[in-house]
Amino acid sequence: MIKTDAIIIGAGPVGLFAVHQLGIKGLKAIVIDNLDKAGGQCIELYPDKPIYDIPAVPECTGEELTKNLMEQIKPFNTEFFYNERVDEVKQNKDNWIVKTNNNNEFTAPNIIIAGGVGSFEPRKLSVKNIEKYEGKSLFYSVKNKDEFKNKNISIFGGGDSALDWALELSKFSKITLIHRRSEFRGAPHTLSEIKKLEDEGKISIKTPCQLESITGEKKIESITIKFEDEKTEKIKTDIVLSFFGLIMKLGPIAEWGLNMNKKTIEVNSENFETNKKGIFAAGDICSYPGKLKLILSGFHEVALASVECFKRARPNEKYRFEFTTSSKSIQDRLGKK
Amino acid sequence: MSKITYKDSKGNSKTIEVENGLTVMEGAIQNDIPGIDADCGGSMACATCHVYVEEKWLDKIPKAEEAEVDMIDMAYEPKKNSRLSCQLIVSDELEGLTVTTPAQQS
Repeated sequence: MIKTDAIIIGAGPVGLFAVHQLGIKGLKAIVIDNLDKAGGQCIELYPDKPIYDIPAVPECTGEELTKNLMEQIKPFNTEFFYNERVDEVKQNKDNWIVKTNNNNEFTAPNIIIAGGVGSFEPRKLSVKNIEKYEGKSLFYSVKNKDEFKNKNISIFGGGDSALDWALELSKFSKITLIHRRSEFRGAPHTLSEIKKLEDEGKISIKTPCQLESITGEKKIESITIKFEDEKTEKIKTDIVLSFFGLIMKLGPIAEWGLNMNKKTIEVNSENFETNKKGIFAAGDICSYPGKLKLILSGFHEVALASVECFKRARPNEKYRFEFTTSSKSIQDRLGKK
Repeated sequence: MSKITYKDSKGNSKTIEVENGLTVMEGAIQNDIPGIDADCGGSMACATCHVYVEEKWLDKIPKAEEAEVDMIDMAYEPKKNSRLSCQLIVSDELEGLTVTTPAQQS
């Protein structure tokens, strides 16, 4: 079990700035996120879209904001646990114990939930009984492409992931690319490669159509797709790959005994603590009268929450408010001479 | 103000007066209409405010931009009359619009 001063759930901008606010107070934190990298919605939903309301930053993209926040918290050498979702939160006297789906365990007097709208998960296909194939012959991502050699693969989706994997896997498997409309969304180069492989008969493209049904006992044997004109076609398939992007799911957070308001966690606006002592919520996931879902509001929320975190993690020390410009101890923590 | 009717997949419907200038998504969220999640808050990044627009309205409302159509690819069971309600701005021209929410958003 890993011991720390604060467990931060969510590596979006607010979770990252929480590391900073705790760090300058001399508190250690760890960060857990279900994605494979930091940035949260900024990276997953709008990496290239400009943001205009970060104070003193007239314009920046989600990606730049994340990069700068990571740079800002570098001095604190924080450990990140990616591709992990917090499943369980338990109380142990004045501490909390957090367990992830990867069987990691953490304990700390403080938890800061900066989970946005929940954890990102692949959008799943919505055909009856489809779950039973998942992980065996139905996949929402490719981890080890060797498993996809010499197979009949049907790929669903019209974006970059679908196109890129169609290209890559066509080197050693028979690919059918299926999309609900005739236009694909990808780099011009990728699109012309796909066209070339279609002409050579290496990739078969089916549009505009959608998945109608799947047959097969334990493994997928064939799929039936339905075209816009209601015609159907059966395709021999060993593996289905589906790339319909990510959705956000609140997930287990709803079961931790916190007071919820729709999909948000109720907090007080003095220190952003929930109804459980030592559990805080900040950013898009928290609600209080007047709440605005702005990144800058999240920054404010974790700044205030970190003060209460300090009091809980260092009950025998007195909290002193300090400015980064003048505090020698903060500058030491930031590694500034 | 324009009257917008929100129907769910089971046929229940609710008609709301939505202020002109708001989006059909905002009209739903502010009036607690179920079936529209709008996880990303209207930045056209999540496809969870997906609705089906009544066929007769398809030609009367502004066409979807490319980015919206791309995003609809990610929606739950998209159809020809699929739109993202965060991109439909309420105006006098939309008076009487009916949208149906899908069986689920995610």
